[in-house]
Amino acid sequence: MLDLLKLLEENARYTVPELAAMLGTSESEVKAALAACEKSGVIRGYKAIIDWDRTERDYVSARIELKVTPKRDRGFEELAEQIARFPEVQSVYLMSGGYDLALTIVGENFKDIASFVAYRLAPMDSVLSTATHFVLRRYKDRGAMLVEPGRDERSVML
Amino acid sequence: MDYRRLFSESAAALKPSGIRKFFSLAAEMKDVISLGVGEPDYKTPWIIRKAGIDSLDRGNTWYTANAGLSALQVEITRYLSRRFSLVYEPSQVLVTVGGSEAIDLTIRAFVNPGDEVLLPEPCFVAYSAIVQLCGGVPVPIVTKEEDEFRLTPQALKAAITEKSKLLIFPFPNNPTGGVMRREHLLEIEAALKGTDIMLLSDEIYAELTYGGEKHVSIASISDDMKARTIVVNGFSKAYAMTGWRLGYCVAPAPVMDVLFKIHQYAIMCAPTTSQYAAIEALKHCDREIGDMAADYDRRRRLIVAGLNDIGLRCFSPGGAFYVFPSIRSTGMGSLEFCEKLLESKRVAVVPGDAFGACGEGFVRICYAYSTEHIIEALSRIGEFVREIKKRA
Repeated sequence: MLDLLKLLEENARYTVPELAAMLGTSESEVKAALAACEKSGVIRGYKAIIDWDRTERDYVSARIELKVTPKRDRGFEELAEQIARFPEVQSVYLMSGGYDLALTIVGENFKDIASFVAYRLAPMDSVLSTATHFVLRRYKDRGAMLVEPGRDERSVML
Repeated sequence: MDYRRLFSESAAALKPSGIRKFFSLAAEMKDVISLGVGEPDYKTPWIIRKAGIDSLDRGNTWYTANAGLSALQVEITRYLSRRFSLVYEPSQVLVTVGGSEAIDLTIRAFVNPGDEVLLPEPCFVAYSAIVQLCGGVPVPIVTKEEDEFRLTPQALKAAITEKSKLLIFPFPNNPTGGVMRREHLLEIEAALKGTDIMLLSDEIYAELTYGGEKHVSIASISDDMKARTIVVNGFSKAYAMTGWRLGYCVAPAPVMDVLFKIHQYAIMCAPTTSQYAAIEALKHCDREIGDMAADYDRRRRLIVAGLNDIGLRCFSPGGAFYVFPSIRSTGMGSLEFCEKLLESKRVAVVPGDAFGACGEGFVRICYAYSTEHIIEALSRIGEFVREIKKRA
């Protein structure tokens, strides 16, 4: 099961026959395992990794560090879940260290991000402070290299 | 100058590799997917590279002792005992320039003009050439697909004559991926009883065996076999260190004395930087090589299943990183298949007969490539085979 998940994390487009071959198991077992993982929520989706900088889309992303006051009984959960509901928010993590929540958010331009922080995040009840860091360039994302791969320099040897 | 009449007869008689032209052609074409190489796609693990860099940083740029750094000899004996139950003294280890030098030394140490060298084929191309340079006579022994490309005791016995001096024992095998399990080694031992035939056991792919069974060295099965055997191994394949040119051999002490003499005069010592890096490799990289082997195993299963689906019958190899499918169902010869596949689908694989005449009807495909690369290559080979069969 873990080997199957690792392969899918590497490439979600492996076909069932390919997965079965690589794992040395049958196609029906792979299908059953996939269905079980999807049902139980272990697999949360299959998405492409897109380098938007190579398209005409205007695309800006930022990491935001939030310091917050935890709520009695519910800790950070309530706020984290509220923030996660915004569609422009791509990830929400609870962190150890100098701040509490780390978000990544995307927009079309600097202004989008600025108004999200000013009008959506900052006014929230338990948000104490925000620090916004813009991404300048992405080299690797979710394990995929976004820079050109090197040429295969190997020569044919018998 | 008419150089031709000046060259030594044995050098002049060496046949240039017949497929060089084919691969120069492939190298010039655009968008070619190659499955032709004979080395890992991994880079050398970083901590090994770092050890090499550190040795340069410290200024370790002199020759080492002829036989190699003594710390490396010790680590090699520990490694061989840990992984393959092979017990040798550090003084029985000679560090060489790749496994290739150890092969060269062994053949030169034993072969007189006219001596016969038994050569299970298909196999790596260097053995036969070096035997010929020594004036020896290569005696091919055909290994067959139906025997999973193992050397059988019957075929071995049939090839033995009074002149047989040396048996090359290349398992896990390049190009077939064939392996010899313990029970098969015992049969070979029995077939050699009563002869003085020495063995060159080329175990360069020893770390790359699949299906849960580890490589067994023929030198580990009995004292008699150990006394006959020169075990050749190296860092190229297991540690992804081909460019470092570092290998080694272990042998009975009297044999080592002679190998050492030739090495001392011909080479002096293996590259110093590589030797420092190799110490790190042996000490700290058992996990890395295990991970790489597990990854090759997944690719092996993928490519075997893919080729069989396409209709190119492919035996499931137990070692190395090659598959050796039969292409006879296409009605083509090996070279023709490779040329047409390259021309029409831009995929480069190696004709099987490059590894001995009995490799005709097969091609060697290396799977030391990313799975994406392999999947794309399989899809192109699939199209190619379907088009041929439609036309037929």
